[in-house]
Order: sequence, then structure tokens, then C-alpha cells
Amino acid sequence: MSIFKRNPDPIGPLDYSRRFSLRFTVGLTLFFLYAPIVGLIVFSFNDSRRNVVWRGFTTDYYVKLFNNDALMLAFGNSLTIALFTTLFSTVLGALTAYVLWRYRFPGKAIYEGGMAMPIVIPEICMGVAMMVFFARIGWPSGMIWPFNLSAITIAHIAFSFPFAAIVIRARLESFNPELAECARDLGASEFQVFRDVVIPHMKPGLIAGALLAFTLSLDDFVITFFTSGPDTVTFPVKIYSMVRFSVTPEVNAASTVLILLTLVVTAFALRMQNRNNMLGSSGH
Amino acid sequence: MSDTATAPATGEPIIRIENVSKIFGGTVKAVDEVNLEVQRGEFFALLGPSGCGKTTLLRMLAGFEVPTHGQVIIDGHDMSTVAPNKRPINMVFQSYAVFPHMSVEQNVAYGLKMDRCPAKEIRERVAEALDLVKLGSLGKRMPDEMSGGQRQRVALARALVKRPSVLLLDEPLSALDAKLREAMQLELVRLQKTVGITFVIVTHDQSEALSMADRIAVMNAGTVQQVAAPTTLYEAPANRFVADFIGKINMIEGDAMKAGEGEVTVTAPGIGEVTLAGSETGKVALAVRPEKIFVADNEPADPNVIKVKGKVGEVAYFGSYSNVFFDIGLAQPLQADISNVTTDVEEITFTAGEEYWVYWRKADTLVLSG
Repeated sequence: MSIFKRNPDPIGPLDYSRRFSLRFTVGLTLFFLYAPIVGLIVFSFNDSRRNVVWRGFTTDYYVKLFNNDALMLAFGNSLTIALFTTLFSTVLGALTAYVLWRYRFPGKAIYEGGMAMPIVIPEICMGVAMMVFFARIGWPSGMIWPFNLSAITIAHIAFSFPFAAIVIRARLESFNPELAECARDLGASEFQVFRDVVIPHMKPGLIAGALLAFTLSLDDFVITFFTSGPDTVTFPVKIYSMVRFSVTPEVNAASTVLILLTLVVTAFALRMQNRNNMLGSSGH
Repeated sequence: MSDTATAPATGEPIIRIENVSKIFGGTVKAVDEVNLEVQRGEFFALLGPSGCGKTTLLRMLAGFEVPTHGQVIIDGHDMSTVAPNKRPINMVFQSYAVFPHMSVEQNVAYGLKMDRCPAKEIRERVAEALDLVKLGSLGKRMPDEMSGGQRQRVALARALVKRPSVLLLDEPLSALDAKLREAMQLELVRLQKTVGITFVIVTHDQSEALSMADRIAVMNAGTVQQVAAPTTLYEAPANRFVADFIGKINMIEGDAMKAGEGEVTVTAPGIGEVTLAGSETGKVALAVRPEKIFVADNEPADPNVIKVKGKVGEVAYFGSYSNVFFDIGLAQPLQADISNVTTDVEEITFTAGEEYWVYWRKADTLVLSG
């Protein structure tokens, strides 16, 4: 193994990547991070009901998965909730970030802290609070799809938008205020400045914020669990109920699909961002 | 741009700043009772050290700050509280503020689009403006493919394309390297003469202001110290601050008494009594520019000079001239810039400790107070 071999070149003080201790730590971290995921994916192809030992390759469980109407319904619910959550969280997050970046007003610190509350409040508390709240105000349940998902969606927006706001705010920090003043000087109104100069600058933040909101919503379990009813089961909640009976390869397959979906969305967002950067830098 | 160039030159100044003060947070006086007039078609500079209020004054002209007191009158209209997008003024920002997500053409066209100009007119005027700043062929480029100098030209074209009554420039050359800066100074003067638009430039660099501007307002601590042409500022500064801020100068502290009409007698240590043109009395400084000082081996006979014996101290050789410090027995040594007019190395070499007669004409001596 090359990492154990003595290298004829002496290792310089800043050659961290050639130190055994560092390589070992990184290796161990990567192992614990990815081994379970790789295992999960591999065993989704396992031809065994109990899914403890490897019995041979099959894609049966994927077929079963896609024929499982209850699971597919939950999947559809999750996607719908995630899409609405993404939309609202990004817009709310962008507006919040802009207000916090652009203006000074009394109570700003309190507002900023209050806005970030959902990030620090334990999810379980937030879940219970949401459940009690919706029950207390008598939020209508049993409406037709997709309105039956409104309670979950509102809860998701409530905990997702602060993340989006923080990401977008961070992006705004690098904005040169002279750009806004210059647009103003050239005849733009406050709104035109926002549309023509500020939003283009925010774009990477908007994409990152949207992505964050989407993934947060898609895989949220705790808060969803408290706000969902029998007819509004989401994908993670459904998987949880399946696991309670037994961990079949079907659960693995479902998880694999979720991972793939997240990867695809992330890759897409990164691509978008890269393309924007390319547009910005070379004019192609 | 031609219509502005041929605008009738009336006697009315294009900008009148009347008793303008700007107080930040109720206590910080950034600009203090400033009165200024800028003439039509003039290249005007606001010069001063950082924090002197020149940028605040410029921002009040652009509309980004509202004066606490006083009025800003542009082209005969009180603009003190008018929004920046409604003023006949455009600005070139210190960072150039070229929109990074727009091509050069889009940048230049932006202001015209905001004015809802027809597309055809926009195309023509953008092309014209880009030609004016010699960027005619680079319209499709993106800003990050351009050098700092080119980006500045984009900023200039973008402001000029709107044919403003006044163009404001906030430290436009500070981000450029020395060579480019000199080229750009000439270019800005050429541009200003071509378009005939009034330029108001803010700078802390005196050589920039002296070489470019028709008139300069020197500011310090929120007040205007002197408004004058570059030569007047340098040769006849109004007070100590201006004399000291612009160029190098020697100052010898003394006391002045009125001697006659337009004349004062100044008593100063090391010099004795001299009668000079001036009106300031009391504590004054006798001031003389280093390049106006002569050096001789023998005592000069001319009665119209002020002369002292000086011992050579530090010498800095600059090729065309030497900056020599003479110890004349006062706290401050006297510095002289001596032109190296011969190729005789012996003759132009000053050795520390040598004694010379150091003298300058009375007519070149300034009596400064303040």
C-alpha cells in the first residue's frame, strides 16, 4: 500500500495530504459516511425477504416498489409538499434576507433572532407545537388533494425558509452596494434595482436556498409525523411504518430511490449554477 | 452627445451649493456650511484628505444623501431632495460598478432602457458612446473578461450615454496602476473637452486634480478651504492647510505686524525682520516652495532675497533634481529641490555637513495664517 511506503521525498511542513495520520482520518471518515449508504443500495438488490445475508441479485423489489400504491401515493405527497415548500421558502427567504441586508430598523436584532428560531428549536418541539396549533385552530382536514397537504406544507415552510434566508443573506454580503446605487443613478426605481441588479446577484443563493428547502422538506420525518394524518402519509413516514414490520429490500429500494432523487436534484442545481457562472464569465 | 456640447453657455452656474451641511447621526458634521459654484462645461475637482467630506458632497450631488441644511441647485432647479434616478446627473463609481451579469453593450444601454428610449435609438447611442471611449469593438464582452481600465471605460460610456448635465467621478483612477492612471488622466481631459459636459471629480490625489481640473476646491474637515485654478492653489494658497496639502512647502513660524498698505513686517527666528506683501497679522508662517530655493557658496548680494546659512543634512537624489535638507538652526530643516542642470557630478553632489548660503526671493515668500 502506497500510504505505508516510505517516500524518498521528505514530507514538507505543509504537505498535509502526504501524512499518514491525515490520510487515515480522512479514510475512516469516508468509510463511516459511505459504507452504510453503499450497503443500503447493494442490499436493495438482494433476493431475500429478511435481507440479512446476500442471496443473489434481483430487481424484483424495485418492481414491487413501483407497484406499491400506498408507497407511490406517499411519494407523490412528498414531492408535492417539497415543491410547494421550495417555492414559498425561497421567496420568503429571499425577501427576509433582502430586508435584513438592506434596511436598518428598530428591533432588527430581535427580528433576526426570531426568524432563525426554527433552526435551533428541537424538531420534536416544533412538531408537537405544530400539531397542537393546527388542532387548536381547527385547521380543516380531509380536504381534496392537494389541499389535504396544506398543514404539512405550512409546517415545512415554517422550518425551511430560515435556512433559505440564511443562505441568501450570506450571498448578499458579497454584493457591491455601488451596483445598486449605480442602477439608481442610471434611472432605475427601487424595484427595478432589485429586479435587474440584486436578483441576478442573489441567483446562486436562491438556487442553494431552494435546494436546501427541497431536501429539508423531502426527508423531514419528525415534524411531518406530527402534522400528517392517515390520508396524508409522506415518503419518510411511510418508510418508517414499513420498517416497523420488517426491513425488507423494498425499504432499501425505496431509500435508494430517495437518495437518487436527491442526487439528481443536487446535480441539476449545481449544473444550473455552473452554467450561470459560465455565462457570467465567458459569454457563451 | 453633441447636443450637450452645443448647449448655450449662460452665465448661470450649472451647480450651486448653498450653505450645505450634512450631519450624520445628529453629531458627525461631514460637510459644514459649504458654498460652491461649478460653471457650465468646467472640469471641477473636489480635493482633500480622506474624511474631509468631499465624497459626502458628491453623494449629495448625485442624490444618495440629502443635505441636513442648505440647498443643492442643479441647472437652476433645487434638487436637494430629488431621488437619484430623477436627476440630470450621472456618476462613475469608485468600483466602476459595472453590472457583472450584463455584457458591455447591455451595461451601457441600461440607463437608456430605464428612460424607455426606442430600441433603435438605444443601439445608435450605445455604439456612439462605446466609440467615444474607444471600446467600439468590445460591445459583446462580459465585464470579467476586461481589464480594470476597460471596465472604467464601460462605466464612463454608461454614464455619458445618458447625456447628463453633470458627470460625477468618484476617485475614478484610484484602482488603476500608475502608468494607466497617467494615460487615463489625459484621456479624461480629452473626453471632457470632446463632450463638453461638466465633470466634477472627487480625488485625494493632488497631482490628479492639478493636472486635470480647471478649478479645484480644497476641502478639510467638512469645509472648503479654497477654490481656485491649479496654478493659484499652488502658487498662492489661501492658508496653511492648502499650502501644506498641495505639494511640498517649507514653513518658518513668525509674527507679523502691519507695515503699510498690503505689506506686513514678519519677525522670524533665524531670518530676522522682513517686509513682505501680505495682509495677515499675528502668528503666521513664512512659506516657500522647495524648488524656489537657491544655494550659493558666497553670500548673495541681492537685497530682494531672504537668506540664511545652512548646513547640508539629508540628501535624496532624484535624477533631474536633488531634495536637500539644510539645517538652519530651527526645529524644522529647510528643504530645497535643486535642479541638476549640469552633468558635472562633482558640482551636483551635496555632502552632509557642508555649509552654503540658502536663499529665495521675497516675492516667492508666502505669509500664511490659519
